Amino acid sequence: MAAKSNAARRETVRNAEAASPAGAKKLDRLVHERLRLGILSALSVNQTLTFNDLKRLLETTDGNLSVHARKLEEAGYIACTKTFEGRMPRTEYKLTAAGRKALDRYLDHMEALIQAMRSSW
Amino acid sequence: MAKAQPVEMQAHAIDNLRYIRRTIERAGSFTAVPGTGGAVMGSIALLAAWSAGSETGWRWLSVWMAAAVGAVLVGVASAALKSRRAGLALLSGPGRKFVAGFAPAMLAGGLLTAVLFRVGEAALLPGVWMLLYGTGVVSGGSASVRVVPLMGACFMAAGALALLFPGLDANTMLAAAFGGLHIAFGFVIAVKYGG
Repeated sequence: MAAKSNAARRETVRNAEAASPAGAKKLDRLVHERLRLGILSALSVNQTLTFNDLKRLLETTDGNLSVHARKLEEAGYIACTKTFEGRMPRTEYKLTAAGRKALDRYLDHMEALIQAMRSSW
Repeated sequence: MAKAQPVEMQAHAIDNLRYIRRTIERAGSFTAVPGTGGAVMGSIALLAAWSAGSETGWRWLSVWMAAAVGAVLVGVASAALKSRRAGLALLSGPGRKFVAGFAPAMLAGGLLTAVLFRVGEAALLPGVWMLLYGTGVVSGGSASVRVVPLMGACFMAAGALALLFPGLDANTMLAAAFGGLHIAFGFVIAVKYGG
């Protein structure tokens, strides 16, 4: 019983922290950006996706996608493989373990934020 | 003013979660079509072609109908399994889109099967089946990865061949299309798009 109430208290504290301005600052800014969030989400349900698959799925431009994909790659959140299919270059992306963890953390943060707001009403 | 910020934050969080969900659902179109299931469906077709080789008339049709039912069950079960692994409902965005595009051609195929068989034009059935199945896959898979509509187009080409050259052996054509194409494309989908 006590353990249960302690867990509930911890959860409330965690939610309140997430909703606080300091918690908002803790948000992974790299994941928070819309297109980067889309890239990570799409890769979370696919082993790999090509540059063109992502471009079509996220309805974005070549330039925009490559800028944001590079940022995620530099952070180690996605891995990129470049090959050739005949004479055509082919870029394939894959979510890394660090990327999956970052997305999970981000989702937890968003959920905690919503929970905190609901319980404060 | 002070209260507006948390409300705004919550709205933003909800909006972000919705965006993630939408993206995953759309990306799910990449995973909804089952590759391994497709290969099993192809194996069923090869088995049916072998069984139907010595049959004619009603018995021949029964073998292929039984194979179709078996293949549909395998297809649905493997698609459901794949969706569950991806954390999505089978009939979420991409699954629903696939069914909406695929079902009309299948209904037309069922009706034409009954009519053509009744008027004694069973020789046309393999071509009609391949053509309509291909049409359904092209239409249902239009929002999916390119390999899915490409598979549909191959079925359509096989159907057109069977209808334009009635001398081709029906069971061989059906084995090549429903067996060979399902296995080949199923393998590609399983390797490239996760199962």
